[in-house]
Amino acid sequence: MKTTNIMIVGVGGQGSLLASNLLGTLLVEQGLDVKVSEVHGMSQRGGSVVTYVRFGEKVYSPVIDKGEADYIVSFEMLEAARWLPYLKSRGRVILSTQRIDPMPVITGAAAYPDALIEKIKATGALVDAVDALKLAQRAGSVRAANIVLMGRLSTYFNMPLEAWENALKECIPPRYLDLNKEAFKLGRNANN
Amino acid sequence: MKRLMLGNEAVARGLYEAGCRVVSSYPGTPSTEITEYAAKYADIYCEWAPNEKVAMEVSFGASLAGKRSFCAMKHVGLNVAADPLFTLSYTGINAGMVIGVADDPGMHSSQNEQDSRHYAIGAKVPMLEPSDSKEALEFTKIAFDLSEEYDTPVLLRMCTRISHSQSIVTLSEKTNSETKPFYKNIRKYVMVPGNARLRRPIVEERTARLIEYAETSPLNRMEMGNAFLGIIAAGTAYQYAKEVFGKEASYLKLGMVNPLPEKLIREFAEKVDRLIVIEELDPIIETHCRLLGLSVEGKTLFPMIGEFSQNLISEKLGRETKAGKTLEDEIPVRPPVMCAGCPHRGIFYILSKLKLNVLGDIGCYALGAAVPLNAMHTCICMGSSISSLHGFNIALGRESEKNTVAVIGDSTFLHTGVNSLINIGYNGSNSTVIILDNSITGMTGHQQNPATGYNIKGDPAGKVDLEALCRACGINRVRVVDPYDLEECEAVVREELDADEPSVIIARRPCVLLKHVTHGPPVFVKKEACRSCKICMRLGCPAIHLENGKAAIDETLCAGCEVCISLCPFDAIQADKEGV
Repeated sequence: MKTTNIMIVGVGGQGSLLASNLLGTLLVEQGLDVKVSEVHGMSQRGGSVVTYVRFGEKVYSPVIDKGEADYIVSFEMLEAARWLPYLKSRGRVILSTQRIDPMPVITGAAAYPDALIEKIKATGALVDAVDALKLAQRAGSVRAANIVLMGRLSTYFNMPLEAWENALKECIPPRYLDLNKEAFKLGRNANN
Repeated sequence: MKRLMLGNEAVARGLYEAGCRVVSSYPGTPSTEITEYAAKYADIYCEWAPNEKVAMEVSFGASLAGKRSFCAMKHVGLNVAADPLFTLSYTGINAGMVIGVADDPGMHSSQNEQDSRHYAIGAKVPMLEPSDSKEALEFTKIAFDLSEEYDTPVLLRMCTRISHSQSIVTLSEKTNSETKPFYKNIRKYVMVPGNARLRRPIVEERTARLIEYAETSPLNRMEMGNAFLGIIAAGTAYQYAKEVFGKEASYLKLGMVNPLPEKLIREFAEKVDRLIVIEELDPIIETHCRLLGLSVEGKTLFPMIGEFSQNLISEKLGRETKAGKTLEDEIPVRPPVMCAGCPHRGIFYILSKLKLNVLGDIGCYALGAAVPLNAMHTCICMGSSISSLHGFNIALGRESEKNTVAVIGDSTFLHTGVNSLINIGYNGSNSTVIILDNSITGMTGHQQNPATGYNIKGDPAGKVDLEALCRACGINRVRVVDPYDLEECEAVVREELDADEPSVIIARRPCVLLKHVTHGPPVFVKKEACRSCKICMRLGCPAIHLENGKAAIDETLCAGCEVCISLCPFDAIQADKEGV
């Protein structure tokens, strides 16, 4: 079994750690070898953050390198573009259509590139764009956008819904569980 | 039982399984979570100490009293704790004592990239280096056994990719370590010169015995594959090498990185055609191989600087590397920023407005150096802002006293800033120190500290009265301001710079990310009132941006601090939606 590489990218504070914990929990339950590499500390403060999730029969390196990612799950459009060089040829980008301006754009020192989704598609990447904020809001909180995207990601894996739901239960405090289960379902069933 | 665990959590589990009873640490990325996870075990007493030196000495005291003990710190924290370390090497320990130190190659969250292995060599103590969470757990337990068998503190070296990566661990039962009786032993523990001279040869004898151990220890192992290439590696570098070469190379995987084996390395070198050392940061294993007279490649191939990866190793060894597609557009960088509603922002705005020289310190507030505030001009190490300010003002006198300040956080002040303030009080420079008291250790992810009034478990604890402490240091002028009140901040900063004696300004407001802090409703821009003066943009608030030249507020980000309202000369920003 060859190693599968998933990158979760976004802006510090968007909940990438919960998403990677969810994936890790799920994959271990499936009896796979898993490594998850996270970022803590300084860069969390609104900076660009990346988490690597790798699984297979035996995983050595905890990081994913350029040209190696099977999936990039991005919580923000610009971040998908930033980490695109890490995607394999014909790899898949699952992205939230949310836009968050970085400080150089806010101050006018740089411009936010336009038509990012089209440009990413033009590189040959498979793109699954989801309005995760809207779906998360429908589930009850914009903060659940991370779980909406995990729901979307789940459609590309041959694993029973029950396994995902068990992992959700393990990673999310009971009082937020229903909301997150709903967010997950909305992501999983979203039409594109 | 198998579980996925962060490297740091695995160390904490190792502490539990090894029967460790006392943990004292100061937070520092990437080491922080070891102590946070350890605190979840009821059998382990855990605390946040004011700094790493205190933590290591607490840990020693517990070991002396007969309980297994531990302290954790980041690489630069070991600089602070180096003083006890070098002498604890002489005295040895009573019950097992392990020191966790986490390096940060690539400087994800640090001010330098030092290689902690130098400390193990310098202090002549053993150092173990795990390469995943499973080893982090196992090596922690082995470290305690080694500590007791060889009568020495043992260093456990982590790095960002081991501390902050999750991998699968196997859990075992807790072994109950016995409490060892404390015997007074003046020759062993009182390091006056006469006794230290007696201990000195014992350290060398111990190192010789540890080298013997390293030759046959299961911590160091050969994995023979193709003999054309022999790779010596430890920690995360071993994982990268395995990722690239698998069975196409042979490995000498070192779990003990100080002292290094000699016969084992020679034996491995004999078996392979080409010998290379893959190690991040400094060429320590490589230099050791050269001293053994071996022909070896290392830093001629691999960089001294930064983290390695599978692609880097492939590239340097002439193998095919992968690459992905890049967009033609310039992708704007996304540096970390002060959060919307951050209480540090108001002070930095005033410091920027007054064009002061700002000697800074370690914490979230180092972001005050970023555009558009540009209001921090040094950041060296914990506590350095205050002592540097004193030196600056001694050197320039009145020329600088009126336009130079130090800024330091509450936790950093109590870490090593207070000594520097004593120096100002004692030697009397007319200095103005600003303590940014956000009532938490912020950057490392919200740890309690001696000024918050709570301990690591969140229970009420002793609380340092910062005002009283500053006065006790000999500072008569101690002022407290609310950093959301720009007018007050500016007036007080001006007054204290003008004063003819040293002063401390405490800017007090809790971190906006703390759970108990309630946010105001988001503020709004009255478009017709906005005259595009862009003064609000000078705050560098991520919630404020321009839309068609006029200010706009991102409601999802705004924390309702209303600092921008007080700044707007045209009353275009309003708290009340009805007024819009």
